[in-house]
Amino acid sequence: MKCFIGIDLGSTTTKALLMDADSKVLGRGITNSRSNYDIATTVAKREAFADARFNLFRASLSSVEALDGRLDEFLASLERNFRLEQYLEQLADLEATCKNHAADPRFSGQTQLVGEVLDQLFDQLHAEAPEYFAPGAKRKSDFFRDVAGSRYLAVGEAVAKEEGLAFDVLLNIYDRSIIEVENRTGDSDTSGKVLGALDRTFESAGNGLGAAAAEVRGHIGEALQIELEETYVVGTGYGRARLPFSKEHIRSEILCHGLGAHVMYDGTRTVLDIGGQDTKAIQIDADGIVENFQMNDRCAAGCGRYLGYIADEMNVGVHELGPIASKATRTVRINSTCTVFAGAELRDRLSLGEKREDILAGLHRAIILRALSLLSRSGGVRDQFTFTGGVANNEAAVRALETLVRENYGDVAINIDPESIYTGALGAATFALRAGEA
Amino acid sequence: MNTATTGEAVQKEDSMWKQKELINGNYARLARAHEEGRKVASTFVPGNLNELLMCFDFVRNLPEINALQNGLRKKSGAMVREAEKAGHSEDVCAYVKADLGMMMQGNIGPMGEPLPKPDILVLSYTGCFTFMKWFELVREQYQCETAMLHVPYQGDGTITPNMRDYVVKQIKEDLIPTLERVSGVKFDIDRLREYLVESAKAEDDLVWVLQSAKNKPSPIDAYFGGVYYIGPAFTAFRGTPEATDYYATLRREVAERLAAGKGPITPDGEMGEERYRLVVEGPPNWTHFREFWKMFHEEGAVVVASTYTKVGGVFDFGFRHDPTNPLESLAEYCLGCYTNLNLPTRADMLTQYVEDYQADGLLINSIKSCNSFSAGQLLLLREVEDRTGKPGAFVETDLVDPRYFSAANVKTRLESYFQMISQKRERHAA
Repeated sequence: MKCFIGIDLGSTTTKALLMDADSKVLGRGITNSRSNYDIATTVAKREAFADARFNLFRASLSSVEALDGRLDEFLASLERNFRLEQYLEQLADLEATCKNHAADPRFSGQTQLVGEVLDQLFDQLHAEAPEYFAPGAKRKSDFFRDVAGSRYLAVGEAVAKEEGLAFDVLLNIYDRSIIEVENRTGDSDTSGKVLGALDRTFESAGNGLGAAAAEVRGHIGEALQIELEETYVVGTGYGRARLPFSKEHIRSEILCHGLGAHVMYDGTRTVLDIGGQDTKAIQIDADGIVENFQMNDRCAAGCGRYLGYIADEMNVGVHELGPIASKATRTVRINSTCTVFAGAELRDRLSLGEKREDILAGLHRAIILRALSLLSRSGGVRDQFTFTGGVANNEAAVRALETLVRENYGDVAINIDPESIYTGALGAATFALRAGEA
Repeated sequence: MNTATTGEAVQKEDSMWKQKELINGNYARLARAHEEGRKVASTFVPGNLNELLMCFDFVRNLPEINALQNGLRKKSGAMVREAEKAGHSEDVCAYVKADLGMMMQGNIGPMGEPLPKPDILVLSYTGCFTFMKWFELVREQYQCETAMLHVPYQGDGTITPNMRDYVVKQIKEDLIPTLERVSGVKFDIDRLREYLVESAKAEDDLVWVLQSAKNKPSPIDAYFGGVYYIGPAFTAFRGTPEATDYYATLRREVAERLAAGKGPITPDGEMGEERYRLVVEGPPNWTHFREFWKMFHEEGAVVVASTYTKVGGVFDFGFRHDPTNPLESLAEYCLGCYTNLNLPTRADMLTQYVEDYQADGLLINSIKSCNSFSAGQLLLLREVEDRTGKPGAFVETDLVDPRYFSAANVKTRLESYFQMISQKRERHAA
């Protein structure tokens, strides 16, 4: 099967999207960008291919009677186990790398102790791994670094204390190792992991599939045999120059976001994308062709990173900001959208007795005001208006945007796709399809 | 606006060597001026009265040129910081801060030679309010004489006889007597006429060179290359036979390129295929000049007309210095500088450039620390887009403050713009 691939290298995350020759989205993949775009590209692409396989499984398994009414549940279980397989692979790599670093002469004198602590630590991490991927388990993120890192630190601290090893030693080893592990793509054997996940699913489910298990295995096996050909790749985003392919395969992120928004909602005329480090206001025509655009200048004020900074200042997760701000009963007026001043402004308001949620509502409004200025400079907000990027997932930002757009531009349809983070990759894949067909 | 390069070897043509000699010669004259008993006048590019100053044997020093030359040589950043340390705000014009910072560091010019204390500051006020404040600061530093020519703004888009007479009257009654007093040289109008003859010849050739960009492919880049071409005519050399000679040489070289069907020459060699033709509004960035230019030429983008190459005089709509009406033509020259034009006139000019030079659109390089250029630029962009039907784009950099050049940001915008043009073209073709 021909696959047209779009890759969006963002400052925070790298996204990949696979499309077939009929413009149907086959799969999506995302990973953290690290500081290595080559790795990020490889991993995001592999994730997208894996996602595409799962979509193929769904299509293929829909004919299995034994799965009637429980196909979603079965696939969810298969996917969780697949993630577990991936996790275990990287965990083994992390363990080997940590042990390698533990042999460093700087730890001589306690080499044995360090080795024992690491053994205990990793035994526990391996043992508890299935819990993270159990049904209903909540993970802060799906990125290996986040999942393994938080557990390594928590378990490590306890084990180190018990064994009388300075926790700093473990930290030091981890810091060196995680970078190496993240900069390796790992084993690319998706099929092997799917089959491993399938075994786990059959084992764990006690699922009464009985004789149908063989049928399911057959379908999965067939779906794994379908060749997914990497027909044409187009890359976009800030790391685009680093992509391991030639110039014809690179498109500006503004064009990709414009086209991606058009593919999602073909009535789109204005696009606002708020990403980690830049905000883009784009005007497109009926064909998704960019007519005009404005971007923030050298300053990251009003970008996603601003929210990240605020979250750090308040010691909460960035995903918690929106829900907290949504509890506001009033909106505190915030004058500065300067990322650096935001912390000072925040503390100042708190010291004046303002409530956290009211201040946060004000900060969200300030970000959106900044975006509105870019929008007006690009030609205003026209019907329909599509909001994309990571900040589009933030309910408080969305609410502030809706209010301000209505106040300034009247009734305009505002589109926010749940998969809006893939807008750039979708545009890039569409360019890939067009170029591949040409 | 003059030749200056750092880093890798750059291809140079005869005209480039000639210009380099002119510039180096002037800096050497400035360094020796006082020991040779010569007087020094500092003045700005827009509306400069170079021919008049030559009549009094002044050696001419142009602070903006020093600042941009320091920018090209990566020296301006430290100077800007020096001025900020002394209390000048981050938002102040970076030319001003680079100049003041250079003075604070000992007033060593871009070529490494000391710059003299000016004997007079001649301000021909043509639309940039900051120039006035800049000279106030320099005056405070040197306690030197100042002369100001008040040039009325072309608010209605025309030069009335009244406006011209007003400027002429100031030149006659105020400026010339002051220059005579400071220099000790008597004014001789025939000497001025001789210089103006040279100016007009140079201006003819300059216009020919700039208009060669109407050809496809354009043999020149009228912005990045253009800032070199305007160098002699906009600064201390207009009116000298050397400048006239420079323009004759340049014209010959460009004519050869044109006949050979060649595109512009860039610091990285001959440019490849011409893919985009742009009109650019706004001054260039000097601290990353080559890097900025490269973002254009490696994409096949040529600037076919620019407004920055009109700041020291708009010659392509017919105006020439006129030896038969010397003072009147100096007045008209000042009144007609690009910085003295109102927004509708600028919109007309830009629209005409997009059409006459068959450009793909208008690009604005908005300068962070230059309000006098930047105010109203977005309106210009919209207006020109509406009138030409060609897409416009907007990038933001600074003159000589390196902190305000974000390469990734500028490149993203430029690439987006070029691809946007391609996309529109493809659709048009389909």
